[in-house]
Amino acid sequence: MKLAYWMYAGPAHIGTLRIASSFKNVHAIMHAPLGDDYFNVMRSMLERERDFTPVTTSIVDRHVLAQGSQEKVVDNIVRKDHEETPDLIVLTPTCTSSILQEDLQNFVERASLEAQCDVLLADVNHYRVNELQAADRTLQQVVQFYIEKARKKGELPSDRTEKPSVNIIGMTTLGFHNNHDRTELVKLMGDLGIEVNLVLPDKASVKQIKQLPRAWFNLVPYREVGPATATYLQEQFDQPTVDITPMGIVETARCIRTIQKVLNEQGAAVDYEAFIDEQTRFVSNAAWFSRSIDCQNLTGKKAVVFGDSTHAAAMTKILTREMGIHVVLAGTYCQYDEAWFRQQVSEYCDEVLISEDHGAIADKIATIEPAAIFGTQMERHVGKRLDIPCGVIAAPIHIQNFPVGYRPFLGYEGSNQLVDLIYNSFTLGMEDHLLEIFGGHDTKEVITKTVSADGDLNWTADAMTELNRVPGFVRGKVKRNTEKFARNHGHASIDVEVMYAAKESVGA
Amino acid sequence: MTLATPQPEKLEFDCDTGNYHTFCPISCVAWLYQKIEDSFFLVIGTKTCGYFLQNAMGVMIFAEPRYAMAELEESDISAQLNDYEELKRLCEQIKRDRNPSVIVFIGTCTTEIIKMDLEGLAPKLEGEIGIPIVVARANGLDYAFTQGEDTVLAAMVERCPTSDDLESPTDKAERNNFQKLLNFGRKTDTPEPTESPEYHDHPNLVIFGSVPDPIVTQMTLELKKQGIKVGGWLPAKRYTELPVLDEGDYVIGINPFLSRTATGLMRRRKCKLIGAPFPIGPDGTRAWVEKVCSVFGIEPQGLAEREAKIWESLEDYLAIVRGKSVYFMGDNLLEISLARFLVRCGMTVPEIGIPYMDKRYQAAELALLEKTCHEMGAPLPKITEKPDNYKQIQRIQEIQPDLVITGMAHANPLEARGINTKWSVEFTFAQIHGFANARDILELVTRPLRRNSSLSDLGWDKLVKEEAKV
Ligand code: SF4
Ligand code: SF4
Repeated sequence: MKLAYWMYAGPAHIGTLRIASSFKNVHAIMHAPLGDDYFNVMRSMLERERDFTPVTTSIVDRHVLAQGSQEKVVDNIVRKDHEETPDLIVLTPTCTSSILQEDLQNFVERASLEAQCDVLLADVNHYRVNELQAADRTLQQVVQFYIEKARKKGELPSDRTEKPSVNIIGMTTLGFHNNHDRTELVKLMGDLGIEVNLVLPDKASVKQIKQLPRAWFNLVPYREVGPATATYLQEQFDQPTVDITPMGIVETARCIRTIQKVLNEQGAAVDYEAFIDEQTRFVSNAAWFSRSIDCQNLTGKKAVVFGDSTHAAAMTKILTREMGIHVVLAGTYCQYDEAWFRQQVSEYCDEVLISEDHGAIADKIATIEPAAIFGTQMERHVGKRLDIPCGVIAAPIHIQNFPVGYRPFLGYEGSNQLVDLIYNSFTLGMEDHLLEIFGGHDTKEVITKTVSADGDLNWTADAMTELNRVPGFVRGKVKRNTEKFARNHGHASIDVEVMYAAKESVGA
Repeated sequence: MTLATPQPEKLEFDCDTGNYHTFCPISCVAWLYQKIEDSFFLVIGTKTCGYFLQNAMGVMIFAEPRYAMAELEESDISAQLNDYEELKRLCEQIKRDRNPSVIVFIGTCTTEIIKMDLEGLAPKLEGEIGIPIVVARANGLDYAFTQGEDTVLAAMVERCPTSDDLESPTDKAERNNFQKLLNFGRKTDTPEPTESPEYHDHPNLVIFGSVPDPIVTQMTLELKKQGIKVGGWLPAKRYTELPVLDEGDYVIGINPFLSRTATGLMRRRKCKLIGAPFPIGPDGTRAWVEKVCSVFGIEPQGLAEREAKIWESLEDYLAIVRGKSVYFMGDNLLEISLARFLVRCGMTVPEIGIPYMDKRYQAAELALLEKTCHEMGAPLPKITEKPDNYKQIQRIQEIQPDLVITGMAHANPLEARGINTKWSVEFTFAQIHGFANARDILELVTRPLRRNSSLSDLGWDKLVKEEAKV
């Protein structure tokens, strides 16, 4: 048993359902108690999905507990087959119902006899893996199922496409900015003259899976979902994998160069150097920003990075290499991916943290006192408490990660977006200057902040006027610092004199 | 309890497959930990439960969380670890970090499946750590959404002191606690002593159901106007202020989903249950207060005028809803009360879905619904217990109601198909009880109607290309 307040990754069935409901015309049946069907809420509310979520619960209640599911699961599968005529129904338990140890495989076999569609049991250990691992596994399982099916029927294509082509693997529903990343990557491939053979699983049909072997290579932008499928395809069809996340100018270039190598090995004779140079120096604004005078103020600022492996590693590299920011700590909650993560970030940060405990990272942030955090919604909350700005760079997914406007994280437009995110996360320029003047950088006594906010001190009218002259965005800080000073020096009220004494004392 | 008086036309009840969307009952933690300020809620379950609380309920952890998950791991499930020792370890940690007055164990489906004997463990554990432990089995196998509150309150029924407890000098520590409680209670809730001439002489009355503090004050005052003194609320703001319950005391529910608590009060504490419609809407509030008066033999004062005045003040909203239809898919068990109020407002209700229908506990409410329909000349709604959302959506497409009150999973897809919706959960969290809050209910109900009538002028009605294959 462990005391848990917060989870960075969801339970396994969420991963399975993300894969199933990403495909077109695939339905999922969840063998679970009534209250487990909140995936539908997440999809409909967070992603503002217009269609009904193709997930139905075959409800485990007191009756099922006493007598077993018997016909219930089979009936529900057959019913959905009639109602929705899906291509595939995926059956999954949740960690709760998996304890019942019912023979779900047997239900699947029986349902397959009656249903027109394919029926598959998600093969995931619900206690050993989390949402991300389960998603990776389920996608691979679905792909393998359809590849083998096509092979049996002799329907597997034996040749690659005429022109260079790619499968983009790992785009899912409820993925962090996946919808915008998808658009950006498709555009990037277009710019490189590469046909997109298939994007998987988002909006793909399972009928298209047998076309996967036609692509020249597989692009797997995320560590969390896709690698298992790419590995399988590589083994089966000798299809090369490019698994460099094209996030930030440098890594996007490295990804494109790897693609170039992969294509040239297959006889394409492409050269992307000119494209990379043009994009880097003139089209994208990210490189220019790094060079601009504005960005100078960022040099050496301290930052903490935390997130899933993909985004935390990429962000660490961007901050250090492209912006000259000092990443004190880089961390991830993907514990199973520790080796890779360490190897990626070790040379770009002072310290690495691998933990699922939000308290551990919060404590680190409190002691490091970085100028900015790049983390998840949780670190954003921690930052709020400590008054440290935080840019959100990774799941757990939040409604704010489904902006209506275009906000990719990958590719060249992604780089521009990241620059804005980074820039806006630090306090800069004029604001910085003012903070300096009023001693706003003294963040050591964060604990007193809530105390002073209660305001047991009186401000004289003059002092209030003076305070109101301070620009709005630093006013709170100035007020707190002044009150702290007043309290420490035993002033019951604050007049202009006390205010300036406070300012001087901080300056001293 | 009043039973429905025979009517020429009867309500029709149906029970479907139970394939509907609702929230897990452990969600009650979200409002109960706020209501009971000195509590700590420990949900004993799996990652699935934890992720639900974190995500679907939008409950997030701030500086001082007063609830947590005891996450069961593989070794717990396979019974390699000793439940007692594990729970003790966690409780000691909670005591050290938060020192609550009570720890509420929330059982889940998993504790049911592995048959973890929480009720058996609690007494010994309680003794060892020195903090009361209340066990509620709010699992999703047996209950829906708001019924979670019912399981917690039903468990607390046993913890309410009797007046003998307060006088007996046996347990000193406890008595001191209760003394404090009494003084505290006097200062805040009810400034007047019982003998005050403002109050009639009547038996002790305790109200059960968790409502926000402003509602507690309003309803207490509402009864005070009739010379009735509220002896206490279950739950109170603090666990240490649980109401005194003696045999023969009167109890009345404020929420329609508390049938187990009601049963517990009657059976285990020998209290007398006052069965009334629920104080939602001016009609329900009047009926509720009237019922208490009639049980105590008090002539109600000025209630009819009060109700009429409220209706008058609602006229701007009533003009919007009159003649419109509202369909309840079924989610939080507030459906019957809300439907009854909305029929009185002039709406029609083709169907009321409801997770669970306790015809005895809701008898007075059902009778009032029937009566209201007859008086308003509205057709009687069909009541579907354990609905099937898929079939409901087909019916909704057919009858095209003006408004659908639905759980969160279906709101956006229905809106995309040009159907006005309102989330049922909003009624769970809004202040809807009493005379004055009728306005708030109508504010919620009319919001989609007002918003969407302005959008439809723009031609933004259906926002999906092909109709879904329902
Ligand atoms: S339905 Fe059961 S397993 Fe699911 S969240 Fe609720 S208590 Fe947990
Ligand atoms: S605003 Fe903050 S508290 Fe509210 S849901 Fe978003 S992250 Fe959580």
